[in-house]
Amino acid sequence: MNYDAIIIGAGHNGLVTACYLAKAGLKVVVVEKNDWIGGAAVSRSLYPGFTYSNCSYVSSLLRPEIMRDLELPKYGLQILPYEGGAVLQQDGGYLAMYRDHDANRREFARHSKRDAEAYDRYSRDILRHCRFIRPLLMRTPPDPTSFRPRDLNELMYIGKKFFGMTETERYEMVRFWAMSISDYLDEYFEHPVIKAYLAVSAIIGTALGPMSPGSAYVLLHHYMGDVDGNIGAWGFARGGMGSITQAMSKSLAASGGEIRAGKSVDRVLVKNGRAIGVVLDGGDEIHGKLVVSNMDVKRTFLKTVEEKELPPAFVKQVRNFKIRGSSGKVNIALDGVPNFKALPKDSPCYRGDLHFTDSIERMEKAYDDWKAGRWSRDPFQDTMIPTLIDPTMTPPGKHFMSCFVQYAPPKINGGEWTDKDRDEFGKTVINQIASYAPGFKDLILHMEVRTPRELEREVGLTEGNIFQGELTFDQLLFNRPVPGASQYRSPIKDLWMCGSSTHPGGGVMGAPGRNAAAEILRDLKKPLPMSDAYAVL
Amino acid sequence: MPSYDAIIIGGGTNGLAAAGRLAKAGRKVLVFESAAVAGGGATTKEFAKGYKVSAVAHLLNLLDPRVEQGLGLHLSFAATNISTTALSPKGDHLVLQGNYGETIAGSLSEADRTSWEDLRQKLLRFAAVLRPFKAMTTPRLGKGVGNEIIKLAGLGLKIRGLGRDDLREFMRLMLINVADVLDDELKDDRLKGVVAFDTVLGAHLGPRSPNSLLLLLNRLAGETLSLPAGGMGSVAAAMAKAVQALGVDIRVNAKVKSVNIVGDKATGVTLQNGDVIDAKTVISAINPKTTFLDLVGPRHLDTGIVRRAGNILMRGNAVKLHLALKGTPDFKGADLKTRLVIAPSVRAVEDAFNPVKYGEFSENPVMEIVIPSAFEEGLAPKGHHVLSAIVQYAPVVMDTKARAAFLKRIMATLETYAPGIGKLVVKSEMLTAEDLEKQYGFVGGNWHHGELAAEQMLFLRPFIGAAQYETAIPGLRLAGAGSHPGGGISGAAGWNAAERILKSEGRR
Repeated sequence: MNYDAIIIGAGHNGLVTACYLAKAGLKVVVVEKNDWIGGAAVSRSLYPGFTYSNCSYVSSLLRPEIMRDLELPKYGLQILPYEGGAVLQQDGGYLAMYRDHDANRREFARHSKRDAEAYDRYSRDILRHCRFIRPLLMRTPPDPTSFRPRDLNELMYIGKKFFGMTETERYEMVRFWAMSISDYLDEYFEHPVIKAYLAVSAIIGTALGPMSPGSAYVLLHHYMGDVDGNIGAWGFARGGMGSITQAMSKSLAASGGEIRAGKSVDRVLVKNGRAIGVVLDGGDEIHGKLVVSNMDVKRTFLKTVEEKELPPAFVKQVRNFKIRGSSGKVNIALDGVPNFKALPKDSPCYRGDLHFTDSIERMEKAYDDWKAGRWSRDPFQDTMIPTLIDPTMTPPGKHFMSCFVQYAPPKINGGEWTDKDRDEFGKTVINQIASYAPGFKDLILHMEVRTPRELEREVGLTEGNIFQGELTFDQLLFNRPVPGASQYRSPIKDLWMCGSSTHPGGGVMGAPGRNAAAEILRDLKKPLPMSDAYAVL
Repeated sequence: MPSYDAIIIGGGTNGLAAAGRLAKAGRKVLVFESAAVAGGGATTKEFAKGYKVSAVAHLLNLLDPRVEQGLGLHLSFAATNISTTALSPKGDHLVLQGNYGETIAGSLSEADRTSWEDLRQKLLRFAAVLRPFKAMTTPRLGKGVGNEIIKLAGLGLKIRGLGRDDLREFMRLMLINVADVLDDELKDDRLKGVVAFDTVLGAHLGPRSPNSLLLLLNRLAGETLSLPAGGMGSVAAAMAKAVQALGVDIRVNAKVKSVNIVGDKATGVTLQNGDVIDAKTVISAINPKTTFLDLVGPRHLDTGIVRRAGNILMRGNAVKLHLALKGTPDFKGADLKTRLVIAPSVRAVEDAFNPVKYGEFSENPVMEIVIPSAFEEGLAPKGHHVLSAIVQYAPVVMDTKARAAFLKRIMATLETYAPGIGKLVVKSEMLTAEDLEKQYGFVGGNWHHGELAAEQMLFLRPFIGAAQYETAIPGLRLAGAGSHPGGGISGAAGWNAAERILKSEGRR
């Protein structure tokens, strides 16, 4: 049995690549180690009658071109934008956030007139930075050391965009990239809770604190998405994040692709420097003209390819690739809606993301814990109750609560996480919520605590890093995953990468998968079955 | 008709360098220095009867060769090419000799020796590529802005000349943090600790902060460490003497109150005592914030400029410690004729950094120690010594209680590395950020007059729109450490600024 392409891993990027290759007429098989598909975009029933989005939990970055090309809505994908959010303050107050800019400005004014004034200027400046970055998401990063026409063209493209801005805007851009979000926000705002709210997107998923230089860029990474064209908006996937990958698998089946779940790849078969297939645990072999890995770059090249097949320099680069996890997840089945005493009853804030960290200092201190190799004693949480908008995930009156928690280090003081550590970590999170919502603990029917250890074991994210590699400049664009291998190819012929370890990085975006498919099809001299980037919107 | 071509505000090393360069070109220059002697951060003082010490900077490694030769400074040194000792509390020290650890004395694994040599070579290669930037006006990202095209082209070739693999590595390391690089390449905590310390010396960064490696490259682009005879004051004195010989007038104890703006043009300055002096060009070699917000004043500036000047980051988190010792301290056998560094590991430096983010001082500070009296006579009574240390991290604002507590922590740290040193102390002096601001005009206590950080380098220094030593106000120029390429006893900023001015005047 011979395939044109074997994709290792049925995560969202693996499926996106598979779909595009299948649409181009290739015979494609996706091999997934778990019995279920989806990687970190899954809906799982871990408690009778309840569906959990137990890894990724919100959607915004998924590229609309991909939704359209793969006809995901037709296969059941529906994104429900959420309405607001709030930061609950230690003093009992709160900062509400809404989907409407002017409503937000009024809410800011309630805390600081000056900050309300600054908010317009801030939004305008951030949006400008976004506009520069967004088009780069769906392009293969050029190799600045190469003189190949395509690389030169891409460099020209970026240069044109850059010099298309005014001189001052160019400086603002360069400066922004180098800054910490804390310093950046200080230039606009004065009120701690407003800064704390705005800093959130700059730390989610990273091993950086809000005071770390370079964190400002990460903010962009989370602002580049949209829901139905509302740039920066976020939403829930109806039925949980799994419905994204489920829709992809249906789309794949429709174009003749095949998925084999419950089959874990032991190693990639390499013959005279070419990948010719994979060997499964148990020895079965699958042969194919090319192999595409959705696994992170460390798993792919340090665990699944024999070292002798790789140049030593490359192996060293991969070893030095930074992929430290920084977050954990607590998923909770609730008997009812918790009552946050700070929030007005039925406030739309319930139907969005809730934070309990009301100052950048508290966020940074949480990060200091991570640096010291322990989970945060006063963690940052991005907490949601998707079932207030999407009732399909739980029985009537019951709710699912998703708590994304930072910081949780990959190792505890250099040692492995123990079950005891994990439970303590879970307690820390629950206690924090309970301190804002009396009686919260009595509502808990079931909960699942996931540390970087669980994320690695189950999803295969090395060190539990949700982006398959940290998002610092030394690992972005032409540096991602490693310099010289930033174009989805690897030193081994016919072995490709399509995971979040590659440009433009993590989040349920699908861009790496699509870019990888585009590169593969270009090599095969096949027409690209994809709408132009940004043709949608 | 003004009698001077240029007035220079501030007689620090940059002010003097600029004055000298302009005078060499035949310009008539007047320098105003608010202190009793010119020199700014380069000064020697007697902080206790019979004990002399360099009051701020205590080692020389960035002095611009153009300044030294151009002004014909004949500096005499107590020591050059000084080695660095990475102190170990157990007395198991490492000594980095030659050009930043060419050779390393002490117990170090063969593996680390090899990887250190590779890493060091690589860093020096990259630093060499960046060095030329220091000796030129920073380019701007625009057309027709007077960029030094030829120099830039040369630089471009140099960077390309690195070769493909090096170039890729160069671009990867440009904005990386130093901790990751050290952990990737080395095992030994003492070695990693001292390199991490050198990287963040004078910065509001920890070794784990992204962009930190860039500061190490900047440091390695300098010269080797040396100790001027008689302390830093002798460097300032030599510079002052040299520029006066070139016809520059230096007026000390003359504090400038304001820059006079007539019809949106700088026409001269008004002194504290009311004197008004006019000149074709007014050049500020003092802190940019002070220059724009105090001397010029918001009413003459766009809100954009006021905001940008106000936003310059200037967090100085180092304190200067001076100890008068009635005997010879023993750092567990360490050679006192070296630079002594207390930074036991990368983690130690990072942990020391954490508190300052919240306005608190380090419980376990890290520091660089020099004992000048071990190198030369005359700085302390016979058999006695002066110890000079730069200690990190302390917040900018400290009340008397915090000061006392921090000094206690510093002495406790010293005691573990040099048991009994406490008993030798005759007198101690600690200069905090506030003191440095009061005495030397380092706003926020930052001796670069603006943090040296990626977001405040090159065309972003001192702030957007004021790079290339020019300002929005005709006739007002900048020449201080707040401008490219930053501080340290260097004179580069002043020299570059003067060259820029001469060039632009030539153009007109």
